[in-house]
Amino acid sequence: MELTNDDIRDIATLARIGITDAEVTSYQKDLSSVLQYFEKLQQVNTDGIEEIGHITGIDNVYRDDQAVETSVHEREAIMQNVREQHNGYIKVKSVL
Amino acid sequence: MIRDLHEKLVNGETTAVALAEKSFATIDTKDPELHAFLSLTRESAMLRAAAVDERIQKGESVDLLAGIPCAVKDNICITGTKTTAASKMLENYIAPYDATVAERIQNCDAVVVGKTNMDEFACGGSTENSAYGPSKNPVDPRRVPGGSSGGSAVAVASDEVVWALGTDTGGSIRQPASFCGVVGLKPTYGRVSRYGVIAMGSSLDQVGPITQTVEDAAIVLSRIAGQDERDATSAHSSDKKYEAYCVGDIAGAKIGIPTEYLGEGLDERVKEVYMRAVEKYKSLGAEIVDVHLPHTEYALATYYIIMPSELSSNLARFDGIRFGGVDGIDPQTVLDQYLETRGKGFGPEIKRRIMLGTYTLSAGYYDAYYKKAQKVRALIKKDFENAFETVDYIFTPTTPEVAFKFGAKGDDPIKMYLSDIYTVTANLAGVPALSIPIGTVQEEKIDLPVGGQIIGKWFDEEGILNAGYTFEINA
Repeated sequence: MELTNDDIRDIATLARIGITDAEVTSYQKDLSSVLQYFEKLQQVNTDGIEEIGHITGIDNVYRDDQAVETSVHEREAIMQNVREQHNGYIKVKSVL
Repeated sequence: MIRDLHEKLVNGETTAVALAEKSFATIDTKDPELHAFLSLTRESAMLRAAAVDERIQKGESVDLLAGIPCAVKDNICITGTKTTAASKMLENYIAPYDATVAERIQNCDAVVVGKTNMDEFACGGSTENSAYGPSKNPVDPRRVPGGSSGGSAVAVASDEVVWALGTDTGGSIRQPASFCGVVGLKPTYGRVSRYGVIAMGSSLDQVGPITQTVEDAAIVLSRIAGQDERDATSAHSSDKKYEAYCVGDIAGAKIGIPTEYLGEGLDERVKEVYMRAVEKYKSLGAEIVDVHLPHTEYALATYYIIMPSELSSNLARFDGIRFGGVDGIDPQTVLDQYLETRGKGFGPEIKRRIMLGTYTLSAGYYDAYYKKAQKVRALIKKDFENAFETVDYIFTPTTPEVAFKFGAKGDDPIKMYLSDIYTVTANLAGVPALSIPIGTVQEEKIDLPVGGQIIGKWFDEEGILNAGYTFEINA
């Protein structure tokens, strides 16, 4: 599978990664060669094989749906990682 | 090693403060060159060490890990420490909570001296992808230490600490352990909680120890293993003391040799060391049996679809808003904030893998890549189930070659990925695997370590630890 430069720009936008023109060229080459390597898998007959997403077969694990108290100290520790805040809320650029 | 130091602490031959001071002195001497650490936690380490000494003086009993200096990979959260995962994306992130493994080792009074270097977000096999510069192999500093838990392996191999925690998604504990000549254990998927560990490939990730001896790996595993309600994938606890299973006898055990691992790509000199190790097991009374893992040749492609897919989802959370943000950008819109943060904050390999994962999960390609890979994964797991019907353990080289020189893999991602060829299968199948030093290969008059990998049945860590221990004490 050979990707084009436009494909790379589309993927980067989907992934929300800003990339330069030089990066487009290098990722076009890298990703195409990796996708080509993946073609190996087409040789494997997987008819009737169920795909697995979880390896140890644990079923649903439940816990009580109870809110856990967070101390002021814990709250501060979390909020110190936020760039901008206002009245205890995280401030972001306007979406609309 | 840990047990000896513990005896000395309890007998009053040494103190925890002395051990911590020695650890920091070694770091001060060696780390300017080796760069195993991204940050040090001198103050908290010395406080904890002093507290341990006080408890011992009062005659209280302390855990085996108490007062022993250790290091933690920088993708594991410890309250109040910088936790960067070796990325510029997290340059300003201070962990507000403890990972379960961090909590458990600190409850044992282990003395954490610092956070270790790694490939960015655990993506790589050399630490060359660290945004803060690579670590160097103490055996030969012109060579990589392996990765991604390279800093942890270097810290242990160079005596900066006694043991360290790493994480392993496709070989990131075992490959650096092999390159640096130390012991590395990837437990069964689910054996150890991943709560508070920066996620890479969530169906593959495990935390495990890097140590100087197999018994030490067992001692650490006993203390970090067990179910955790904060990680729904963690398996039921057994409260095993794994060190008790290191008895040094494997007479009668069946060890499988997978022919698929011994073909093209394996360095002849590594193969020779490996074959001698196989003979050693035979002389220790193990029965050596050929086994087949027919889907091995598809494992790497399967891994490099599943892991980037999961990575791209996991790393979607890094938006520049919640985790410290990235310096030097001035976005005007929310979209620009994402694009600029992620464009600047992620290194080249991370961008490559996120884009790969985004593509393989995208509409129209999901079935051809991700779903197909999950089906092949089922077949790889089945290979192991079949093999373990006839053998107790599978023994392979850990890596196809010894530690390579910096830059040797160039910019070709596939070349670098091939380094993971013998280790990714254990993550795909979820089985536990232990890398132990089995000999050396001489190059430019330097003896470079070779690792052997013992793969076990699901949740049979005690079995592979005993197999590794038996080799080690008879080496």
